[in-house]
Amino acid sequence: MEQLSNILGRMGGVNLLPVALAAVAFVLIGAPSSWVTLTVAGLAMGMMVFLMASGLSLVFGLMDVLNFGHSAFVSFGAFVAATVLAGLSGWLGAESIALEALALALAFLAAILFGLVAGWFFETVIIRPVYRDHLRQILITMGAMIVAEQTILAFWGGTPYAVPRPHFLEGAWIIGDVSIEIYRGFAFALGLLVFIAMVLVLNRTRIGLLVRAGVEDREMVEALGFRVDRLFIGVFMAGSALAALGGAMWAGYETLITPALGGELMIVVFIVVIIGGLGSVEGTLLGAILVGLMSNYLGFLAPKLALASNMVLMVAILLWRPNGLRPAVK
Amino acid sequence: MTLLSLTAMQTKIGQYAVLHDVGFDVPEGGVFVLLGRNGAGKTTTLRSIMGLWSPSPGSVHFDGQDITRMHTADIARMGIAYVPENMGIFGTLTVDENLVLATARGRIDPARLKRIHALFPALERFRDKQAWSLSGGQKQMLSVARAIIEPRRLILIDEPTKGLAPAIVDAMAEAFREIAQDATILLVEQNFNFARTLGRDMAVIDDGRVVHRGSMADFAADAALQDRLLGLAM
Amino acid sequence: MTNGFTGTLAIKGIVLIIAALLLFAPFLFQDVRSIEVAARICIFIVLVASFDLLIGYTGIVSFAHTMFFGFGAYGAAILLKQMGPGWTPVLLGALAGVAVSLVMAVAIGLLSLRVKAIFFAMITLAAASVVLVLASQLSQFTGGEDGITYKAPDLFKPATKLLSDADGKVLRLFDVRLNGKLASYYFVFLSCLVLFVLMLRFTGSPLGTVLKAIRENEARAEAIGYRVVAYRTFVFCLSATIASLAGTIYAVWLKYTGPDTSLSFAIMIDILLMVVIGGMGTMWGAVIGAVLLVMAQYYLRDLMGAAAEAVASVPLLPELLNPDRWLFWLGIIFILLVYFFPKGIAGTVMARDRTT
Repeated sequence: MEQLSNILGRMGGVNLLPVALAAVAFVLIGAPSSWVTLTVAGLAMGMMVFLMASGLSLVFGLMDVLNFGHSAFVSFGAFVAATVLAGLSGWLGAESIALEALALALAFLAAILFGLVAGWFFETVIIRPVYRDHLRQILITMGAMIVAEQTILAFWGGTPYAVPRPHFLEGAWIIGDVSIEIYRGFAFALGLLVFIAMVLVLNRTRIGLLVRAGVEDREMVEALGFRVDRLFIGVFMAGSALAALGGAMWAGYETLITPALGGELMIVVFIVVIIGGLGSVEGTLLGAILVGLMSNYLGFLAPKLALASNMVLMVAILLWRPNGLRPAVK
Repeated sequence: MTLLSLTAMQTKIGQYAVLHDVGFDVPEGGVFVLLGRNGAGKTTTLRSIMGLWSPSPGSVHFDGQDITRMHTADIARMGIAYVPENMGIFGTLTVDENLVLATARGRIDPARLKRIHALFPALERFRDKQAWSLSGGQKQMLSVARAIIEPRRLILIDEPTKGLAPAIVDAMAEAFREIAQDATILLVEQNFNFARTLGRDMAVIDDGRVVHRGSMADFAADAALQDRLLGLAM
Repeated sequence: MTNGFTGTLAIKGIVLIIAALLLFAPFLFQDVRSIEVAARICIFIVLVASFDLLIGYTGIVSFAHTMFFGFGAYGAAILLKQMGPGWTPVLLGALAGVAVSLVMAVAIGLLSLRVKAIFFAMITLAAASVVLVLASQLSQFTGGEDGITYKAPDLFKPATKLLSDADGKVLRLFDVRLNGKLASYYFVFLSCLVLFVLMLRFTGSPLGTVLKAIRENEARAEAIGYRVVAYRTFVFCLSATIASLAGTIYAVWLKYTGPDTSLSFAIMIDILLMVVIGGMGTMWGAVIGAVLLVMAQYYLRDLMGAAAEAVASVPLLPELLNPDRWLFWLGIIFILLVYFFPKGIAGTVMARDRTT
C-alpha cells in the first residue's frame, strides 16, 4: 500500500486526479467521440474558472482576506466585455479576421482594465479598514457584492444580454466523428497561457518570490524589510483583473449573460479554491480542472446528480485532505 | 554607546497585558542576553521591538531614533534583523531563495555568502533544496544566515538552541561569537549554560517586568540570584 | 447609570412596545396588509434571533440559515399537501424539518471541524445553494420554482368562527371578527414568542456566558478548558432547529411554500441585514432589525417608486431609485453600518451605558 502511494507520488501524486477522473469517465461514457467533446468542454470550463479563482486564492493566502465580493469582478468583466463587443459590432461584421480579433482583444483589455481599477478601489475603500477582522470582512464584502450586483442591474437591466462573438471563434472543428467547439479550444489555450505566465512570475521574479513567501509567513516577510500591504494591493488588483478576464471569456462562452452570473459562478469558485488549497495557484488550477471535468462528465452521465456533484467532490476531498489538495504552506 | 533603548514598555495582546514594565539598554557590540522563565514576556519584548506588537505606553529607541510606531518593514530597513522562535523559514522556497529574499536589492554579496557557507556548510550543500525538507538544526542555521546575509547593526534571536542537538548548539555558539564581532546580538535564551558563555550584559524579565540588569559575569557568579530569578526553569 | 435612564432600558422599552403592538396588531391595524406585515415581523424576529445566536454569540458566519428555514417550511408544506389539512402533518412536518436540519447541521459542523474555521462561511454558502437548486429541480416533491400551495388546519380557515353570537354569526370584539384568520395570527405570535423567550433564557444561562467567553477570546477559552468546537457545533444545531421551526410556522401562516419565501438567497441577505442593523449579540437587536427591515420592505418601496417618478428626467437616478433597486441602497447602508456602527442600533445604544 505504501509502495503504491510512493509510486503514485513520484508520478505526480494529486496531479493525477484529473487523469484518473478522465479515465473513469472514458469507461463509463463508452463513446470516445462524446468523451473527447466533454473533456475539452471540461478543460475549457476549468481554465475559465481557474482565472476567476486564482486571485481569490492568492488574496486569501497573502493577507488572510476573504473576499465574498470577488464575484462582482467576474460579472463586471463579463458585462464590460460584452458591451465593448456590442459597440464594435461593425468590426465583427466586417468579415476581417484582423478587425474581429482586435475587437475581441479590446473587449478583454477593457475587462482587465476595469478589473484593475475596480480592484484598487475595492481594496483601498472596502477592504483596508477591516484587515484582520474576518467577521466584518465577510459582512462588508458581501454588502459590496450586493451593491455591485444591483449596479449591474441598474446599468444593463435584468434581461439576458446577448454577447456577440467573432466569427472565427464560432462553430467547431470536426476531426473524424469528434467535434470540438472552437471557442472552447480558444478558452483553454488562453487560460493555459495565463497560467504559465503566472507560474513564471511567481517562480522567476522577485515579486513572485515575495508573494510566495508572504503567503507562507507574512510577518516574516515584513521583518525582512518588505511592505506586504503594498504588495497586497498589487496582488489584489491583478486577481481582480484575472477574475474580470475570466468573466469576459465566460460571457463569450455562454453568449447570453445575466447579472446573476457572478453569484452563480461564485459557488463554483469557492469550491475550487477550497479543494485546491487556499493560497496555492497550482492547487487552484487542479481544483478548477477537476470541477470542470466533473460537471461536464456528470452533466452527460447523470444530469440530476450533476447539481450536487461539486459539493460532493468538495466534501470528499476535504474529508481526505482537510487543507485542500495542494495547500501553499507545507 | 547605547544602540537600543527600551523604556517602560507595556504591551497588550488583545485585552491581556503581557508586558507591564520592560526597560533596558543594549550597548553596541557583543551579545546581550535576555533571560526569564517560560511566559515571562521575552518573545513579546522582541516582537515589540520589531513592531509586530505595538507597546503603549512605552518607547523603543534605536540608535537614538524613536522607532516605536514605525512599520515592521521600516524597522527592519534600519538594520535590525529578527530570528523568531519558530525560525520563520519559507518552506516552499529553496535555501538560496530564502537568502536572496533577505537582501534589500535581491543580490547576495558573494563574500558574505562565502562566510555564511563557512559557518554553516549544510546551507551550501542543500542550497537548491526546498527549505521544508531541512532538519531542525539546518532550518535554524538558515534563519540565522538570513539575518546576516546583509550587514546589520542589531540581530534579535529568539531561543535558537531550543530542541537542537548538542553538537549543533556548539556550532551555533561559534557562529554567534563571530557574528558579534561586527554586529550586536540581543539573545533570548532559556539555556543558561549556552547564554553565559556568550553574553557580556544581561537582563532578566519575569511576569512582564525587568527584575534584574547587570553584567553576565556578576550574574553567573551569584547562584542564589540565579535561583531566585530563574528558579527551577534552569 | 445614576440617572435611571440607560440605553439598555431604552432598548428594552422599545422592544416591549414592539411586543405590545404585535400582540394587539389585529385590533390596531385592521387591514389585511398590516397583519401580513405583523406576522412576517414575528417570524423574522425568531429567524434573526436564531441567526444571532450564531453570528453574535459565537462569531461564526453561516450562509445556510435559510436552508434550515426552508427545511422546516418544506417539511410542513409537503406533508400538508400530501395528507391534507390537519395538525398531524404540521407536527410531523416540523419534526421532519428539524430532523433534516440537525443532520445537515451536524454534518457541516463535523466537516468544518476538520478544516479551517474560515471555510465555514464558504461551505455553508455552497451547501445552501445546492439545496436551493435541488428544491427547484425536484419538482415532483417541492413544486419546483412554483412552490406548493396547500390548506392550513381547519382552525385557521377564514370561515372558521371562534365564537359566534346568538344569530350564529361570527362574534366581533372591538369590531374585529373572531375568525380563523385571527387564530392563525395568534398561533404565529405565540409560537414565535415562546421560541424567542427560550432563546433569551438560553443566552442568559451559564451556557450563554461560556459562548460569550469563546467569542471574546477563543484561545483563552480553549486554554481554560472549554471545548470550543463542541460548543460551536451545539449552537449551530440549536440555531438550525429554531430556524427550522420558524419555517414551519411561516409555512402554516402563508399556506404557500416556494423557493422565494423560504430558501432564496435574498432572504439570507435580509437576515444578515436585520442582524447587523439591529445589533449583533444582543437578541434585542434582532427585534429592532426585523421590525425596521420588514417595514422598509413593505413601505419603503412605495416611497422609492414615488421618488423615482419625481426625478424621472435625471439620467440614471430613476434607475437607482426604482423600487426594484432598493437592495442597492440597503447594501450601501449595510456597508456603512458595518464600518461605523458594527454593533448595530441596539449595541450602539446599549454601549452608551458603559461610556457615560
